Amino acid sequence: MTDILNAVIVILNFIIIPGVAYGSQLALGALGVTLVYGILRFSNFAHGDTMSFGTMVVIFATWGLQSLGVSLGPLPTALLALPIGIAGCALLLVFTDRSVYRFYRAQKASPVILVIVSMGVMFVMNGVTRFIIGVNDIRFADGERFIVRARDFRDWSGLDEGLAFRTSQAITIVVAIIAVALLFWFLNRTRTGKSMRAFSDNEDLALLSGINPERVVMVTWMIVAALATTAGVLYGLDKSYKAFTYFQLLLPIFAAAIVGGLGSPIGAIVGGFVIAFAEIALTYPLKKVLGYLLPESLEPDGLVQLLTTDYKFAVSFGILIIVLLFKPTGIMKGKAL
Amino acid sequence: MTLTLRDMSLFVLVAILIIGTGYFQGVNTALTLLNFGLVSAIMSLGVNLQWGFAGLFNIGVMGFVALGGLAAVLIGMPPTTEAIAEGGARMAMAMTMGAVTIVAAVVAYRKLEPGRSRSLAVAGIIIVGFVIYRQLFDPARDAIEAVNPAGTGFLGGFGAEGLTMLIAWPAGGLIAAGAAWIIGKTALGLRSDYLAIATLGIAEIIIAILKAEDWLSRGVKNVVGIPRPVSYEVNLQADPAFLERAQGLGLDPVFASALQVRVEWAVLFSIVLILLLVLAQLALNSPWGRMMRAIRDNETAAEAMGKDVTARHLQIFILGSAILGMAGAMMTTLDSQLTPAAYQPLRFTFLIWVMVIVGGSGNNFGAVLGGFVIWFLWIQVEPASQVLLSVLTSPLADGSALKDHLLDAAPHMRLITMGLVLLIMLRFFPRGLIPER
Repeated sequence: MTDILNAVIVILNFIIIPGVAYGSQLALGALGVTLVYGILRFSNFAHGDTMSFGTMVVIFATWGLQSLGVSLGPLPTALLALPIGIAGCALLLVFTDRSVYRFYRAQKASPVILVIVSMGVMFVMNGVTRFIIGVNDIRFADGERFIVRARDFRDWSGLDEGLAFRTSQAITIVVAIIAVALLFWFLNRTRTGKSMRAFSDNEDLALLSGINPERVVMVTWMIVAALATTAGVLYGLDKSYKAFTYFQLLLPIFAAAIVGGLGSPIGAIVGGFVIAFAEIALTYPLKKVLGYLLPESLEPDGLVQLLTTDYKFAVSFGILIIVLLFKPTGIMKGKAL
Repeated sequence: MTLTLRDMSLFVLVAILIIGTGYFQGVNTALTLLNFGLVSAIMSLGVNLQWGFAGLFNIGVMGFVALGGLAAVLIGMPPTTEAIAEGGARMAMAMTMGAVTIVAAVVAYRKLEPGRSRSLAVAGIIIVGFVIYRQLFDPARDAIEAVNPAGTGFLGGFGAEGLTMLIAWPAGGLIAAGAAWIIGKTALGLRSDYLAIATLGIAEIIIAILKAEDWLSRGVKNVVGIPRPVSYEVNLQADPAFLERAQGLGLDPVFASALQVRVEWAVLFSIVLILLLVLAQLALNSPWGRMMRAIRDNETAAEAMGKDVTARHLQIFILGSAILGMAGAMMTTLDSQLTPAAYQPLRFTFLIWVMVIVGGSGNNFGAVLGGFVIWFLWIQVEPASQVLLSVLTSPLADGSALKDHLLDAAPHMRLITMGLVLLIMLRFFPRGLIPER
């Protein structure tokens, strides 16, 4: 019995909790990608760098608040700085839209052109972020690090395995739930949200019913800024902030959005968790778990790690390809433009 | 060959820029810039083949370039005899087993009736095959990596030297073409932005393989001292005939040897570039090239005319990737080292895309011009912004935090510049410096 409990704790500690946290971060990122795709109808390659930029603003605001002596006690100060980051990121995105994307929208340029344009935006945003904050590894989480410590848990339960639950993971889950609830409330209950969905469903019909496209686009960018900054800050609190890791997040985020079905918000969330769990489960060495569950004679010698962590990209990619080949519209049936 | 006076003058301008570099920063700097510019131009030709001719949105350039680099290692490095004796045969068996598993799974998927039994059979083949593969692979890898891990720890290569090292270039093309065939078979049916994400992912996976598989490429321990097809500076400096010639020209022997080596590279690279350019030009103006453009412009119409769109896409995807692989092998021989961690998508994928878009997609001369122009900017923006920033920050006191930060940040200006160049070109000259005709 204790063996089974130990195995459960190992799975919980190394797969479930990190998976839920990482999945929430990916889901928030994928929601941003999917919204841009649904409303503006292109795959935004600058999304990773948008996240990076928003997080950078939050980091500066956090430092500012810290120097003023403001803190949230056990919670990281970055949560207080989040609205400032969202505002900064929204300003950047609205400015980018005005100066870059609007021109192509007016021209009714093909989505491929917009994707290439977003590559240019990606270069600029990446450069600006690196220019301002540099390329160093930055940890900006303060406050209490753990809710449950591994050692405390061991003492309390008397099991061999410890269970650690970090504050950043709890915050990630709670904030993600709030953000998603707000987003769905907005999309389903408010007039602006409904006009966004109408615009996404059928642009011409939406225009005929008097929906102002420019307003819809602006609101979309602001929501995208909020989602991207939140996702970026949660990821940064959970791991650390580094300009180019955010760029690399683009791949799992896109995989999540596509696997879930581009253009479908629920799909983005499902996709985020599918990718996160697959990535963590396939690269986690199962030796410990099997050691507890199997009789001694069957215990494995090796690590029983299906793939080394170097191949975590391969997991997102593998799922992406399988879904695209067998169910091209994604799990939740997104739009096929 | 349809170059207008305007196109010619653009090429002349690039030449002047490079000569100017030689005048202000030294001949050797200019020649290094030229050599990398030549390699960039070849990469740009490869992307232009895929995007400009056929409209294939491949942003996995980095992966193919890195595979070319692997070819340089496999051809050039001396074989690690002991490691091959320890684990070579087992590794070959493991690889065969892996290939057999995949082939068996594909055959089972094709031949069996769709349904649950097929899914189970395919899954069964993959799981059993994977377990056997790991049973063979793990001990073989450990045996190979255990042999002198600090010095070798990998299988090594064929140990080519001197001019035979040139084989590495087509070999790089071949490896990249093989990878492109596998990738094309699975991913080419996807629509453009899905293909983009898929190729982006594949490139990351290829880099992950190079980083993780120490037995193949030494992973992050890097391979250094890859032999090169041109002379070595030290050998030249020890060669009395060379010293005499240098003296005759009134040149310092160290400088003269560096110069000679760079000129040799430039000649070799130029031959490859001109050859590829001629071939690409012939292809573009052939019925095949016209068919490709017809497919690009309207797939449905081309299909209705009886063209096999999927096969043509696969064909040009392989050709373009082969060029990228070749350029990758050339670059790795030029660097004479393979450092997998140095492969960043911004530098090796997106920068090449900027070259093609700025130069003019669909026009081979445009792609080549873009390769030179963008490489020149990539190299020169950094010192230029250093100067600019030091002028701008001169009112600030020395040692002030802001000034130091700004001066340190100068290298990142090149990313901003590249982005702005791309955005400005797309907005005002969407067809590039030398548009398609």
